[in-house]
Amino acid sequence: MAQDVAHHEGATKRIWSVFVILSILTIVEVVLGILRLDILVFTEVVSMSLQNWIFIILTILKAYYITWAFMHMEHESAGLRRTVVWTGVFLICYLVAILLIEGDYIHDVYSTEFVTWDF
Amino acid sequence: MDSTAVTQTGTEGKNWGGGNQPLKASYGKLMMWFFITSDALTFSGFLAAYGFTRFKFIEEWPIADEVFNHFPFLHGVDAPMYYVALMTFILIFSSVTMVLAVDAGHKMQKSKVTFYMALTILGGAVFLGSQAWEWKNFIQGEYGAVETKSGKILQFVDNDGKRVAIQDFTSQHESYREQHKNNKGAWYIGESSLPEYHIDDVKKAFKDNDNLLVRTMQLNEHKEKTVLSREESIKYLDERGTDLIFGANLKRNEYGAPLFGGYFFFITGFHGFHVFSGVVLLLIVFFNVLIGTYEKRGHYEMVEKVGLYWHFVDLVWVFVFTFFYLV
Repeated sequence: MAQDVAHHEGATKRIWSVFVILSILTIVEVVLGILRLDILVFTEVVSMSLQNWIFIILTILKAYYITWAFMHMEHESAGLRRTVVWTGVFLICYLVAILLIEGDYIHDVYSTEFVTWDF
Repeated sequence: MDSTAVTQTGTEGKNWGGGNQPLKASYGKLMMWFFITSDALTFSGFLAAYGFTRFKFIEEWPIADEVFNHFPFLHGVDAPMYYVALMTFILIFSSVTMVLAVDAGHKMQKSKVTFYMALTILGGAVFLGSQAWEWKNFIQGEYGAVETKSGKILQFVDNDGKRVAIQDFTSQHESYREQHKNNKGAWYIGESSLPEYHIDDVKKAFKDNDNLLVRTMQLNEHKEKTVLSREESIKYLDERGTDLIFGANLKRNEYGAPLFGGYFFFITGFHGFHVFSGVVLLLIVFFNVLIGTYEKRGHYEMVEKVGLYWHFVDLVWVFVFTFFYLV
């Protein structure tokens, strides 16, 4: 716990500044969600609307701040950080990529084959 | 004083006695991190499955703003997202008080730890209550819908495109059958009450009311639900409508794709269960702080460990919030 003692003065300040950042990110998300600007909703970037990309990026940013600042990941050793973060990030990317591609494929099958699903 | 009753092996301080800490974290903290990693993968499995189903039904998925538009004490006011945004803030703020408690623990300030942990528990409890309220609205439903032969949903709007509840244009059903009671059914299976409305009455009332149109699940190019013309509406309802749905359960719901309800219950329920167990763990640690357990132990690491779990719960909510309410 020796490393914690050195951080004490700045620690509380850091907590509040991260809280402000998280709040701003959430407010931006909510405002965008309520406004639903046409330019964001109807601009497609890599088969998803720009709006959704912004939401996802802001969410990952929030996850970063929670993990690094609140869970003190920034003070852990590099080994622990990599064990936890890389494992999660790699497996989640893999899982999401496979499932979303597969879901999109099934959607194509439903909408192009000669059977109707709506009767 | 040693906090846990472990038999001393005489190899403490040596590599195989746990003397070497390559990750520079205590056993308990390390295991909490590994648990969090595996739990994160569980949640991403659920959310990825949700994404799979959503991509599969991408053109007919319910619009979140129409489903979650309630706010306490504002009846009939369309308030999309405000309430979940508030819930998100409550959870983020309880995360802040938690990390302040951890910080106070490092400085061995018992009264501050107590105060901040109490606030955190309060935040968790408020969040749980909010979620219960959210579930209540979801289960109860508002407008009702007609189920078609293929299991799709038809909803009703007026000429201005405003949603109309089935209860508002259909009169209550005059029963032409008896209630199915336990003592009469095979294997004692009965029904709790007779259904109040009947699909035949809805069809009739719809024909009599020129102001009504049918809205399908299909999203159009404006990313809104398709509203049919009057003639098409009557035809659709007549030919396809088989049953009525009010609210939501695990099999079907009035909002759209049946799996939407299933995922909502499962993912928010699983997260809510995490919040609940987090509150229980916090309470245990809170009382231990009160009776001075960690003062005696010489460090507040237990607060730190339960804090890690609590932040993780917040982290998961950030993702649930995005994928259920925003995207």
